[in-house]
This record gives sequence, C-alpha cells and structure tokens, in this order.
Amino acid sequence: MVQGPQKNGSVGGGGQIVAGVLAPHPPHLVYAENPPQNEPRAECGWEVLRWGYERLRKSLARKDFDVLVVHSPHWRTMTGTHFLGVDYFKGLSVDPVFPNLFRFHYDLKVDVDLSRAIHDEAQVMGLDTQMMTNPDFRVDYGTIISCHLTHPEWNKPIVAISSQGLARYFSNDVMQAVMVKLGQATRKAIEQSGKKAVLLASNSLSHRHFVVEPELPEDMSYEHIQNHSQYLWDMKILDLMKRGKGREILDLLPDFTEQAVAETDGGSLTWLLSALGEPTHPAEVHAYGSVIGTGNAVVEWAGPGQEVLS
Amino acid sequence: MITKAYLLPGMPHPLLCPEKNRGWGLLRQAYDKVRSEIEQSEAELILIYSTFWPSVIGHQIFARAEAQWTHVDEEFHALGSIPYRFKMDEAFGELYKDKCLARKLHARTVNYQGFPVDTGSVVALKLLNPENRLKAVITSSNVYSDRAETLILGKAAREALESCGKKAVALVISALSNRLHQGVIEPQTDRIHSLKDDEWNRKFLEFLEQGRLEDVAQLSRQFHREARVHKVNNFKPFWWLSSLMGQSNLFKGQVFEYQPVCGTGAAVVGLESAPVAARDLEFDETDPETYSGERNVLAPPVSEAPLENEAEAEGEVGRGV
Repeated sequence: MVQGPQKNGSVGGGGQIVAGVLAPHPPHLVYAENPPQNEPRAECGWEVLRWGYERLRKSLARKDFDVLVVHSPHWRTMTGTHFLGVDYFKGLSVDPVFPNLFRFHYDLKVDVDLSRAIHDEAQVMGLDTQMMTNPDFRVDYGTIISCHLTHPEWNKPIVAISSQGLARYFSNDVMQAVMVKLGQATRKAIEQSGKKAVLLASNSLSHRHFVVEPELPEDMSYEHIQNHSQYLWDMKILDLMKRGKGREILDLLPDFTEQAVAETDGGSLTWLLSALGEPTHPAEVHAYGSVIGTGNAVVEWAGPGQEVLS
Repeated sequence: MITKAYLLPGMPHPLLCPEKNRGWGLLRQAYDKVRSEIEQSEAELILIYSTFWPSVIGHQIFARAEAQWTHVDEEFHALGSIPYRFKMDEAFGELYKDKCLARKLHARTVNYQGFPVDTGSVVALKLLNPENRLKAVITSSNVYSDRAETLILGKAAREALESCGKKAVALVISALSNRLHQGVIEPQTDRIHSLKDDEWNRKFLEFLEQGRLEDVAQLSRQFHREARVHKVNNFKPFWWLSSLMGQSNLFKGQVFEYQPVCGTGAAVVGLESAPVAARDLEFDETDPETYSGERNVLAPPVSEAPLENEAEAEGEVGRGV
C-alpha cells in the first residue's frame, strides 16, 4: 500500500479528492480492449499499459467516490477554460487522427453542479472561464478515453475541463501559472461540494509520434519509444513521481514539456499536481509504455487519508 | 485542372453570426461572391486543404460519399450548432490517395459515419456549396510535415486531377495570423491581435493581390515565425496550393475581404491563371517529386544517414543532420 497524506479533518463542505491519476488517452488502448461501445475490433496490443489501467481500476474499486473530474488536452480552447454544462451526452466519438481505431458510442452524465462550482471558483481567482451549454456538443475523445479506461462502468458522472492553449500562445511557464490556479480552484470547489472526486489528467508524457502506422495497428513488433531522449525524460519525471517530489516536477515541467515534446503542454498534469497540493507522498506507477512512439504512464496518487493498491 | 483557387478563413462567425460585427458581415458577403464565382465556373469538384484538420499519421483524405452530422465548434459552441449534409467525391479521394502513395507519402482515405469534419471545411462548404451542387474532397494538414512533404502532397493532387480530367476549384482554409484573443470579447471590439500580425497579413495580401503565389509560398517559413502561433511545425497551406497550381507567379489575385475574427487575420482571396507573371523571380528552394521518408535528426545511425540524392529528394539540401 502507498499511503496518501494524513487527513486534516473536514475542509469546507467535507468534500475531498480521493485520488489523482495521470490517465493518458491513446485511442489504441480502448481499441485493444474491444469494449462493445467501440466499433473497430483488435486482436491484442499495448497490454502493459492496459494491465496498468486494470491495476488502477482495482485500486479505485477500494475507494468510495462520486465523480470523475477530467482535464483533457483534446478539448483545446483559446478563449479561457471551458466546462461541460449539460447534464447528459449521448453520441459517437470518432478520433480525427485515428478514426480507424476509435469510433466510440458514448452515453455519459455530467455533474453540472460541480462543474459550475469549479468554473465559479476559477472565475473568482481571475481566470477566463465559460460553461459549455450546447446540447449538440461532441465530447472530446481524450475525456472519453481516460474516463472509459479508468471506470468503464460509466455509472459515475463526470466533470470535463478544457485545456487552454496557453503554452503555444505564450510559454510553458505562463500555461503552468494558470493551471496551478485552476488546480487550486478545482480542489477548493470539490472540498466545498461535499463530494468525493477522482481527478484524471488525460495526457501522455513524451509525445513525439511516429507518422506512419503498420498495416495491423496492434502489431507490437513495431511499437517502441520514438527516441531515447524522450525515454530518459519520461523516466526522470516518473522517478520524481515515485519519490513524492511534486514541487520538483512542477519546476521541471516547462523544460520537460519543451524538450520531450510532451503532452503536458495542455496543462493537465500541472492542474492535477496543483489540485493535489503538490504531493510529497509517493505516487504508484501502475504502468509505463509507448503508443505509436509516445511515452505513456498510468500513475496514481492517493488523496488525503487514502491508500493506493500497489 | 484548377479553374480558380481561394484562400478562406475557417472561423464560424461569418456563418453563424455575421450580423454581430461589421467585419464578420463583410466576410460573409465575400463568401457569397466566391460562391457566385464558383457557381459560374466550370468546376466539377471542390478540392480542400484545411489547416483546421490536423493529422499525425501521414495525410488523410476525407472521401465519404455522404457526410451528415450536427457540428459544434469546440471553442465557439455558444454561437450554435451547424447541421450539415455534404457530398464527397469518393472516387477522386481514392485516386488522390493512390497518387500520394505513388509518390511515397503515407496517405489514406477516411470514410466513417460520424467522422468529425473540421469547422473550417464545414463553414466553407455550408457557405459556398449549400445545395451540394459540386462534390468535395478534404485533405488534412499533417502537424509534422514540412515543405518537401507538403509540396509532394500538392503535386499528387494535381496529378490526380490531370489523370481524371476533372476541373476543380481549390480551397485553402486557413487564417493568416492565427492568434486569437484569450478571452471572450464583445463582437464590436474585435481587432487583429497585434499590429505586427496585421502588418504581416497585409504584406501577404499585397503579394497575393499581385498574383505572386509562389513568392508567398516561399515566404511561408518567415510568416510562420512572425505571425503564427506555433501549434504545428510550419505554415503549409501555400506550399500545397502553389504546388497544386504549378509553382509560379502566373496569377491574377483579388482580395475580396480582410477582417479580424476574434483576433485572427481572416481573408477571402481569389487567384486565377494569368498570362504574365507579376514577378518573374528565381526561386531558391528545391522542387522534390517523391518523398523519401522522415529522417531521424535526433540520433541517426550512420547506416541510416541519407545519401546525397535522397537528401535532394527531400528538398533539404545543405541542412546537416
């Protein structure tokens, strides 16, 4: 067992973050799982990462939680941070990059109250925010994939948060400063809500892809990290996670993001670490593996008073 | 052959709320003029290159016979939904893909119900081809590709048109400067994000109005550095368009409109063949015909270092690995 920090008694409305998870969203993992919601069928593939998600699910099964809160780089917005603001979505999500792998029929509920609460807290902290209230909106595939792999029962509502494109507009440091505030707003809103939440940062680590795909996408003889420098960077970040060095990770993230072409440019990991209060307790790395050259890790931090099944 | 080519902005405002800002309304009027020109042309096909559709695995070509959906922009969802039903030229899409493959590009057609057609293509097809009088084909913009690869993509399109004998109108869907305001603005207060962006946009428009398409293409790298948010590795649409249209300045240009849309430089520009080049310059970039693949510039083993002729084929002569 990996212990989370000591519980400091009830904060605000008694809500809490019971776990924070780095939950990457390669569509390949859903494709390889063959859930009934996904149209394409696979023979196998990316088992190490999928087994990592299995371990995560076992760990979360021991926890009582009400809602999944996910920050996704594939809902990219420039005009501030947006939040899903409709109770229910049903539709077909087709990945624009890997449509051959991911055509997923989703049916999900949104915790609009919590969504609005985080939105309002972020606004109070000076961030630009919007509620997304168009019922025809198609939920992004990053959100769907991370939620499905974490909790395939789909019996808990979600809160989905967009990724503001600040890293490219300004710099990784500016993005990080805003995402730290968003994380703080998220934690405060959850604590005041009285709800128990699992937070998902839906991103890969290093993110340089191969630009060609084998004829059989799940042919694992083609799968490896895109380059060694990415791998070294990924291991550096994972080592800090395992040693409970949340502050040091945040300090390194701008450089990591730039040099490993990392998907942390979307701010999801920064948001998560901030919401967790820059954790000083060790994270459990459930798995690490590459998907079409990118580096992906399934990592869990226990919330206050919680444990991670290791 | 290409009857005429257009640069179009892909933001949804001219379609969904042209009345909210005078400039957005003028862009809508410019779209209407282009629609009229296309209707009066002999074009049989609309061929689109959209920077609003990024791809990673090579080049994707949308070629589903009938595409139907209700689209909502991920950023401007509050402006409303866009129901659409488009007809695509499946056969031309397959032919285009084959021409790409013959030139060693990694390419595939996309033919799935519910595929998310990008906002830019949706806006353009709704405004320019509302009755589906012409079939269309949409090409993605690979986030990693650079000039050589994009040129070859354009050549493959030209070859496909020559092969099937169809007349097409080419649409490049892209902002010029693409920096949005970072918060919600009152529509009346819209302006180009910065003076620098505006000046670079106007320089590009000056060239385009003179018909200097290849000059614009060859300035793409600098334009990317100066006026684009670096979301992808380069500014590619004019490489594709110039390659498709023969890499010259033999054009007559018309700037129908140039306005800000949420900070970005939105221009509607037409180009058609002219007998005399506006400027007859010696272009200094190479002209590859086939693609020899990606080179691993991070740590190429000696055995994989490109031979001289391969480097030429990539159009990257002189750049050390």
